[in-house]
Amino acid sequence: MAELLITRAGPGVTIQDTGRPGYLAQGLSRGGAADALALAEGAALLEQDSSCAAIELAGSFLSIETTAPLRIALTGALMRAISDDKVLPWHASHMLPQGAKLELSGSRGGYSYLHAGGGIDAPKILGARSAHLAAGIGRMLEPGDRLTPGTDKGRASGMALTPQQRFAGGVLRVIATPQTQLFPEDVLARFTATAFCKDARGNRMGQRLVSAAQGFALPFGLSILSEAIVPGDIQITGDGAPFVLLAECQTTGGYPRIGTVLPCDLPKLVQAPAGSELRFEFVTLDMAVATEQAEAARRAALPRSLRPLIRDPQDIADLLSFQLISGVTSGDDLERNAV
Amino acid sequence: MPDMRDKPRTEGAVIHPLGVDGLLISFGADLTEPANRAALAFRAAVDAAELPGLVELSTALTSVYLRLDLTCTDHATTRSALDGLLASRNWYEAALPEGRRLWHVPAIFGTDLAPQLDEAAALAGLSPAAAVTMLCSAPLRVQTIGFAAGQPYLGQLPRQWDIPRQTGLTPRVPVGALAVAIRQLVLFSVSTPTGWRHVGQTALRLFQPEKDNPFLLRPGDEVLFRSVSTAEYENIRANDPTGGAVAERLG
Repeated sequence: MAELLITRAGPGVTIQDTGRPGYLAQGLSRGGAADALALAEGAALLEQDSSCAAIELAGSFLSIETTAPLRIALTGALMRAISDDKVLPWHASHMLPQGAKLELSGSRGGYSYLHAGGGIDAPKILGARSAHLAAGIGRMLEPGDRLTPGTDKGRASGMALTPQQRFAGGVLRVIATPQTQLFPEDVLARFTATAFCKDARGNRMGQRLVSAAQGFALPFGLSILSEAIVPGDIQITGDGAPFVLLAECQTTGGYPRIGTVLPCDLPKLVQAPAGSELRFEFVTLDMAVATEQAEAARRAALPRSLRPLIRDPQDIADLLSFQLISGVTSGDDLERNAV
Repeated sequence: MPDMRDKPRTEGAVIHPLGVDGLLISFGADLTEPANRAALAFRAAVDAAELPGLVELSTALTSVYLRLDLTCTDHATTRSALDGLLASRNWYEAALPEGRRLWHVPAIFGTDLAPQLDEAAALAGLSPAAAVTMLCSAPLRVQTIGFAAGQPYLGQLPRQWDIPRQTGLTPRVPVGALAVAIRQLVLFSVSTPTGWRHVGQTALRLFQPEKDNPFLLRPGDEVLFRSVSTAEYENIRANDPTGGAVAERLG
């Protein structure tokens, strides 16, 4: 039977899928991949459903061995992927032979994904395979774990896609929350004029942001009655710093929320490298709905955006540009192996 | 900056967008018994109405949240249906949900297992013994399940328990911890940091993902605590997988 044996694993390596909706009333948030777009990109590369589970690396490292030929795809934050002395291009699919070793390392933060043809067939708990560590569902992967891929109905490998740009910070679009109107106009203006950076203390539950500006706290902020919160909500906690809630967040909260980041912009937040600038821009609800619909259509069309990993000069220039940004591998590694 | 403010509805309920694909129906900015009942009853009514495109439905203390699949419906259609439901009756007078249960739950108060009893009792102006008697004197309602999986907020305690959260956080309370603030008790389903004061400890496991029925409590259930000795607590913890909880039907 095809197996994927974990030989090395850093902290924060978990199985993730699109999460488990339907349990908010019981206090369990949906969870799922921190970068949902990377999950969709991996599914497109392997020509399979985006509900397939993958391995998520939260800025960590991982080594595996295969016991049978295995199709894989690599998406999300760029890492160095080496299989039997060859560097495998990122944002691409590959066929690993039986007994292959694969090492993923050199993360510079963000969330990286290793997808398997057929998905990772871990047991479903409450309808999903995602680890939800905050709720005690699943656990981090460890050396010695043996994972079984599902039935792989696809054939293609050696395909690449150009990932949606989300690895350099930028503008996060937000809509108003029920509490946005409690913030004075000048505070809201300052909020949208401020450049933020990610605090080092981010995780799958939420990401604190820091800035040189003074805080954004409401004087009466601590007395707001707890109500439903959603991923993307920007809580202003006691110290005045924004805290953006993510996939594995709590289901209710009592801190005032200054806005909610559009779901399609959350990948840009979770993948922003340390030190890159993030800004917020309010949009109307109608614009937000239209933007989400356009993004859903774009993701549905991802399978048609694939191109073969060949030594086409245009492709190589493209791949090289990623290498220059990351500095993770040397360009000639790619040229030797991008076949 | 778009203004999402809404005109108040009849009976004071307000509908707000929450996230791109969600709506929040709030029955009050303060926790009151009628507002809590309204939220629970309205949630049940929304559930029964089988609104098209409804993919998630939950309550907090005084509010109901809906998440929509916007490929099946839109905000305007759903809001119109919710307006109709809101206007159909006075939700503040609604009865509590059916199928409620009264849980008898043993707990140890104070000692090393729940070290902040004395501090919390003093803030409530009570001796530790009087505080325990009061906390165990009447059933407390599950006003909502939230924050963490299966985690109940129990209330409402008498007025002298309107004590603030700590300014700092207790680094970690264990699973089953009973903590107090703002006229409520929280029973923790996971080990977590908290600003609430740890006054009691139960052997309950409120969320067991591997079980067929993973969530122990439901909103509307009631919990009556019984103060037990260290020896009895340790015995329950070691030998009783239910944590000593016994349920009886209410109503």
